[in-house]
Amino acid sequence: MAARGPERLSVLLPTYNERDNLPLVVWLLARTFSDSGIDFEIIIIDDGSPDGTQEVAQQLEKIYGSDKILLRPRAKKLGLGTAYIHGMKYATGNFIVIMDADLSHHPKFIPEFLRKQKEGNFDIVSGTRYKGNGGVYGWDLKRKLISRGANFLTQVLLRPGASDLTGSFRLYRKEVLEKLMEQCVSKGYVFQMEMIVRARQLGFTIGEVPISFVDRVYGESKLGGNEIVSFLKGLLTLFATT
Amino acid sequence: MTKLAQWLCGLALLGSAWAALALAPPGLQPPAPLRQALLPLPVYLLVAFGCYSLATVGYRLATFNDCEEAAAELQEHIRAARADLRRRGLRL
Repeated sequence: MAARGPERLSVLLPTYNERDNLPLVVWLLARTFSDSGIDFEIIIIDDGSPDGTQEVAQQLEKIYGSDKILLRPRAKKLGLGTAYIHGMKYATGNFIVIMDADLSHHPKFIPEFLRKQKEGNFDIVSGTRYKGNGGVYGWDLKRKLISRGANFLTQVLLRPGASDLTGSFRLYRKEVLEKLMEQCVSKGYVFQMEMIVRARQLGFTIGEVPISFVDRVYGESKLGGNEIVSFLKGLLTLFATT
Repeated sequence: MTKLAQWLCGLALLGSAWAALALAPPGLQPPAPLRQALLPLPVYLLVAFGCYSLATVGYRLATFNDCEEAAAELQEHIRAARADLRRRGLRL
C-alpha cells in the first residue's frame, strides 16, 4: 500500500435551508474520512438561511470541533460562485471538494476521487453520472431524456473532454480551483460547465469517477422551461466565448 | 479560437470546397456521377447527423443507470446518522 501523503481535504459546503440535511451530510463526511484516515475540514458557507441551518451548524461545530467544522456564513443569498470564493479563503487543505449539501452526493465517493487523483496526478477529478456504473435515482423518463439530450448538446458544441459537465461533485487541487475561480463568470450550473471548459483551456487534466446521484428533491422541483432556456443561453454563451 | 470560430472555419472550408466542386462553371466541372452525389451531400450529412444524434441520445437514455441500491443505502445511512447524532447531543 502506497504511503499516505500529508494531504488535507477541505470540503466546501454552501448551504441554503439545509437544516435537515446538513447534520446528515456532515456525519457521513466525518465517518468517511475517519474510516479512510483522511485529514479533513468542512467549511460551511450558509447564506443567511431562515430555517435554522446556522444553529444546527453551530451544534455540529461543538460535536466535531472547530478545527474540523468551520462556520463561515454570509448575510444573504449571494450565489454559488462567490460562496466558493468566500469559503476557499479559509481552506487550509491542499485539495478542495465541492459537493451538494442535500445528500444527492454521497461522501463515500470522495476517497475514490482521491485515489483517482493519485493515479493520474489529475488537477481535477469529476464525478460523472453518465459513465461506468454512474447513474441517478429518482428521475423519471422525461427528466433523464432532458439530461441526456442536454449533455449530448454540450458534448457536440463544447467537446469538453469530460462526460458530465453539469455535475457539481468534484475534487480540485487548491491552486487549480483558485485559478479557475478568477476566470469563471457564469451563474448556477452553467458555472459548473464553465469551470471544466476553462480548465481544459488552461491545460489542466481531468479524471473521472462514476458516481450515483440520489435525487430526493426532484419531486418538488420539476425542471421547468425557464431552467432549460437559461441552460441553452449559458451553453451558447460558452460556445461563443470559449 | 473559440468553439464558434472553429465551427465557422470548418464550415467555411467544407462549404467552399463543396461549392467549388458542385457549382463549378461548365469548363471545370467534375464528372457527372460525382456531381450528382456532391450536390445533395450537405443535406445528406445533416440528416445523417440527425439520425446519429437520435440514436446516441436514445441509447444513452436506455442505458442510464438507476441507482436503486444507492438510494436504499442512503436511507440506512440516514437512520444510522440520526441515531448517532442524537447520542452525541444534536438537538433538531
